[in-house]
Amino acid sequence: MRVANILYLGVKELRSLRRDTAMLVLIVYAFTIAVYSGATAMPETVNRATIAIVDEDQSPLSARIAGAFFPPSFLAPRMITQAEMDARMDAGLDTFTLDIPPNFQRDVLAGRNPAIQLNVDATRMTQAFTGSGYVQTIVMGEIESFVRRYRGEQKLPVELVLRARFNPELDKEWFGAINQLINNVTMLAIVLTGAALIREREHGTIEHLLVMPVTPFEIMVSKIWAMALVVFLGCAFSLLFVIQGLLAVPIAGSVALFLVGAALHLLAATSMGIFLGTIGRSMPQFGLLLILVLLPLMMLSGGTTPYDSMPKVVQWVMLAAPTTHFVMLAQAILFRGAGFSIVWPQFLALLAIAGVMFAFALARFRSMISGSS
Amino acid sequence: MTDAVTAGGGAIRQDAVVRLSGVGLRYGKRTALEAISLIVPAGCMAGFIGPDGVGKSSVLSLIAGARAVQSGRVEVLGGDMAAARHRDEVGPRIAYMPQGLGKNLYPTLSVSENIDFFGRLFGQGRAERQQRIRSLTESTGLASFLDRPAGKLSGGMKQKLSLCCSLIHDPDLLILDEPTTGVDPLSRRQFWELIAEIRAGRPGMSVLVATAYMEEAASFDWLAAMDAGRILATGSPQDLLARTGSRSLEDAFIALLPEEERHGYQPVVIQPREASTADELAIEARGLTMRFGEFVAVDRVSFRISRGEIFGFLGSNGCGKTTTMKMLTGLLPPSEGEAWLFGERIDSNDLSVRRRVGYMSQNFSLYTELTVRQNLELHARLFQVPAGEIAGRVEEMARRFELVDIIDALPESLPLGQRQRLSLAVAMIHKPEMLILDEPTSGVDPVARDAFWRNIIELSRQDRVTVFISTHFMNEAQRCDRISLMHAGKVLVSDSPAALIKKRGTRTLEDAFIAYLEDAVSQQERDTPSQLHAGIEVAAPAAPLPAGPAHVRRRFDPRRMLSYTRREALELRRDPIRAVLALLGSVILMFVMGYGINMDVEDLSFAVLDRDQTTTSRDYALSLSGSRYFVEQPPLVDYEDLDRRMRSGQLSLAIEIPSGFARDFARGRPVEIGAWIDGAMPMRAETVRGYVQGIHAHWLSEKEAEASEQGGQANLAGIETRFRYNPDIRSLVAIVPAVIPLLLMLIPAILTALSVVREKEMGSIVNLYVTPVTRLEFLLGKQLPYIGLGMANFLLLVLLAITVFRVPMTGSFLTLALATLFYVGNATAIGLLISTFMRSQIAAVFGTTILTILPAVQFSGVIDPVSSLQGAGALIGQVFPTAFYVTISRGTFSKGLDFFDLQDSLIPLAVTMPILLGLSVALLRKQER
Repeated sequence: MRVANILYLGVKELRSLRRDTAMLVLIVYAFTIAVYSGATAMPETVNRATIAIVDEDQSPLSARIAGAFFPPSFLAPRMITQAEMDARMDAGLDTFTLDIPPNFQRDVLAGRNPAIQLNVDATRMTQAFTGSGYVQTIVMGEIESFVRRYRGEQKLPVELVLRARFNPELDKEWFGAINQLINNVTMLAIVLTGAALIREREHGTIEHLLVMPVTPFEIMVSKIWAMALVVFLGCAFSLLFVIQGLLAVPIAGSVALFLVGAALHLLAATSMGIFLGTIGRSMPQFGLLLILVLLPLMMLSGGTTPYDSMPKVVQWVMLAAPTTHFVMLAQAILFRGAGFSIVWPQFLALLAIAGVMFAFALARFRSMISGSS
Repeated sequence: MTDAVTAGGGAIRQDAVVRLSGVGLRYGKRTALEAISLIVPAGCMAGFIGPDGVGKSSVLSLIAGARAVQSGRVEVLGGDMAAARHRDEVGPRIAYMPQGLGKNLYPTLSVSENIDFFGRLFGQGRAERQQRIRSLTESTGLASFLDRPAGKLSGGMKQKLSLCCSLIHDPDLLILDEPTTGVDPLSRRQFWELIAEIRAGRPGMSVLVATAYMEEAASFDWLAAMDAGRILATGSPQDLLARTGSRSLEDAFIALLPEEERHGYQPVVIQPREASTADELAIEARGLTMRFGEFVAVDRVSFRISRGEIFGFLGSNGCGKTTTMKMLTGLLPPSEGEAWLFGERIDSNDLSVRRRVGYMSQNFSLYTELTVRQNLELHARLFQVPAGEIAGRVEEMARRFELVDIIDALPESLPLGQRQRLSLAVAMIHKPEMLILDEPTSGVDPVARDAFWRNIIELSRQDRVTVFISTHFMNEAQRCDRISLMHAGKVLVSDSPAALIKKRGTRTLEDAFIAYLEDAVSQQERDTPSQLHAGIEVAAPAAPLPAGPAHVRRRFDPRRMLSYTRREALELRRDPIRAVLALLGSVILMFVMGYGINMDVEDLSFAVLDRDQTTTSRDYALSLSGSRYFVEQPPLVDYEDLDRRMRSGQLSLAIEIPSGFARDFARGRPVEIGAWIDGAMPMRAETVRGYVQGIHAHWLSEKEAEASEQGGQANLAGIETRFRYNPDIRSLVAIVPAVIPLLLMLIPAILTALSVVREKEMGSIVNLYVTPVTRLEFLLGKQLPYIGLGMANFLLLVLLAITVFRVPMTGSFLTLALATLFYVGNATAIGLLISTFMRSQIAAVFGTTILTILPAVQFSGVIDPVSSLQGAGALIGQVFPTAFYVTISRGTFSKGLDFFDLQDSLIPLAVTMPILLGLSVALLRKQER
């Protein structure tokens, strides 16, 4: 093995990449606009939710309740009759329907504890669950303040003081930006290395390399370091200037520690790219493979759904994926300010996975080369 | 239509089959043809000669109607090819074999499946097809390979198969674009014999051929010499020779070239080798054998080459030349046998041998993204040329191979001849003692080829570099000191060209080679010329087969459509990656999304910092751990413990109960309980907050209820929340019916788009251009198998949803199935629509993903209901098929609805599909532009 060869070949990869306009655009997009929009476009869980009200009371209190729903969380409520209610919910037009019974105001004031019926279309998971909590809070708040104006008392004996740590405002931008960055790091590492390999295969240049005094190991390592470097720099840039700078997301822990983790993750992800490049014979096949590989990596690694909330089987399987550990360490370091003493198990796991993937990809790559004829 | 030309002897001949006047063609900025005018006489063999890239293929594709006329007038078989009506009429009378070995064939389909496909396109019935397949394959010697995939045929056989496919409908005009390039001489000769026999059987047929082999063209009736998009001269071969006073057509062609292109041209002169060097061996090979599985690519090849010799390997594509060369460079370890290079044994693990060899592979394989200089430098470095010498070496090579002016250019912008010189310079950068050149001159024009040979001869004679070169050009083989004839992995004979000619007593090297080939082939007792002759009569079956359905134009022929359907299904079955994606892709992604978008937050870990340690405080903690949402962890000791465990992500929630909590609570004094939530994942934190608040309120109301038994104040009002359609609020029940529409959109659309774009990229789209198949038949035919696949996927997904994800189906399954049929039809039609403006497969994959997933996820009610959308999103949500299908899917799965409840969503689905398909038909081109 000659380090010089690895260096020259890697520089060649970088030069090739520089001429590939489409890839460059993708890289720039992934680390700037995608991260930015990933952060700002995180949907509010309850956004412009549709609500309808069947007002059988027609009292000042019921009017007050109806007036409490407004954008952006809710659309202005639609007043409907009880007969319309079911059909509208079946057609998916309303997510929430409030049914205020006759004599509601009178019963409230009389202390008879009347009940409002809230129908929730529970097939709209995101809106339904969080939204029904909102609706309850809003309705109860209106009733309470209505009653308090009448009586002027009522206190809660025990108050629950809720504080969210690490992100006091529960600002979704923070989370969205980092999550997008993690996904794009994985995606680009795989796409760039895989495409670099397939491009050489399609052009026939790989075999040209092999008649030179260059080993498959050198070829593979050169691709890995060159592409990992590009993604690494992009990642660092995005973290410093887009996430910390433009989006002003506070980073709790050490950026350097995170970047070391990112480098380890890149070793694993680029090896995976090489591996996929040996399976797919052409760019289109590689593209199809990507869909089948990237989506699970992104969705099941804990970035979308909390890792603990997935079925045990999935958790086990996903332990083998580098992204799972990368997401864990990224969240721990960047959000919770964890130090190496806390995240070392993830580093160890990443190192092991990267080692195995590298060895596996190298074996595949070698056999592909001796079989390519 | 009325047949103006009847096949058979004594035909009424039109004097011209093709008339071109002022025909020009541009590809973007590049001019391919410059106002060409010519008249091709009917009923003869007409040839277009000239090197690659001069416009021969463009002329032929215009004549075939495969490419749209841009300027000028193209008249074929008595009509204007710019008129769609005329094209429709004469299309079935023209057969077109595009350039590239088997370009119009489908590599994964077998020989008989390929011919059968074309037979169906021309509307032939089963009996007729079978008879034609039999007679065509017998006459071409393909009969014993009926089940072999076209991709695994040798070059010669591919061309014969391609010819069979072209001849299946008895054309009056046969257009062959470089039919014999890369084919061995024997197959080439057989090919032309076959053509001659077919012409004998159908004298009225005109044949138009483009070729780069001048020897071949010498036997044609009429020639047009082309260069740089212009016609240099037309006439019979004798005319051209006489006009230029040349002896061979190649010389005549060079003489016809304009002065500036001939500049610097000198005939190649071969200096004799100095005998003194003859003894030193450069390469020795003994019994080299290479097996790939059962296939023997190279069979016991032995030879000895001495230093400074130019040694040629002559053979067809796929005869084992390249494999042998790879073994010599150490690229492939041989299965058996050994080879020595300058006395050292070649070992594929030993890199030192490679430093003594320069290799130039068949295809131009340099880095097109690097400049000429960067390419040279990179190779110099990899060959460990000392750093101090690199600059000088690069300059030396640039000077020697005339690259000085283009040193900073990108190879892609250079003409082929210059690129070839660059390849040679790269191969020579480390001053190897031996050069291995694998078909270095294919596709290069004669002038550049001769210049290249002058370089080679100089290297051999002056620098004493041993040159090992493979070629399929006879005149190049003639220039070698010695050659080996290779066929089917075996070396037939090795000697000097002159000696070979003498040994066989033939006139030319080609004849000698053919004689050796025939010996070899007759040994194998197959593909013999006698078989070839046996099939003459059947090769032209005009008489026994009434040209019935083939000549009736039908607007819509289900047979043609199903022909594409059948082929698509066969191809899909044989492409593992696409097949897996088609069948399992949606299942895999369903698992991923089912679990990945899971919103159920359960078993959250929490711990309590209990500073009170009373029954009441423990009761409070129990109310949390008693719910299904929270799991209690060992209690917290202090703030530091709390901090550490939250940082590591072990705790999602920490509760602090102050000391004196029970006492204060009992006395009704205000008390605060502290709760810390891990805010790292805001969505989860929100859910946790909701749970905690809920449980807290519940605990309070319980306590109040206990208190109110002693006469306290009850709640003001209650809210009865009914979670409809999904009473257990399981997120899978909500997610699965929304994920199914996404998957049934994404995957069928990608696959359908790929199926069309693939044909564009592989070139087989030409079959749409030149056969009677209509655009609608083509698209529908391609769509059908994917609709079938979509339905199969649908059944799998529903099964998965009910069994694995336990999502009950409460409504009408049949309604859902019907809606799915419409929906998959929409999805595939969207794929077709996208394919009409995509050029490369990779763009089709990503483009389709983005164009389908975005509106499906964002604007179709999967996340936010359509009714809460605004602006463009709302508009898309009102027309995009997914929006309707999501309503139906949720309605039938969760809401217990049936056909009558869902009519409003079904009707739009039924309407959009034909609209999308019609749009695709309108946008698809029946000609290349």
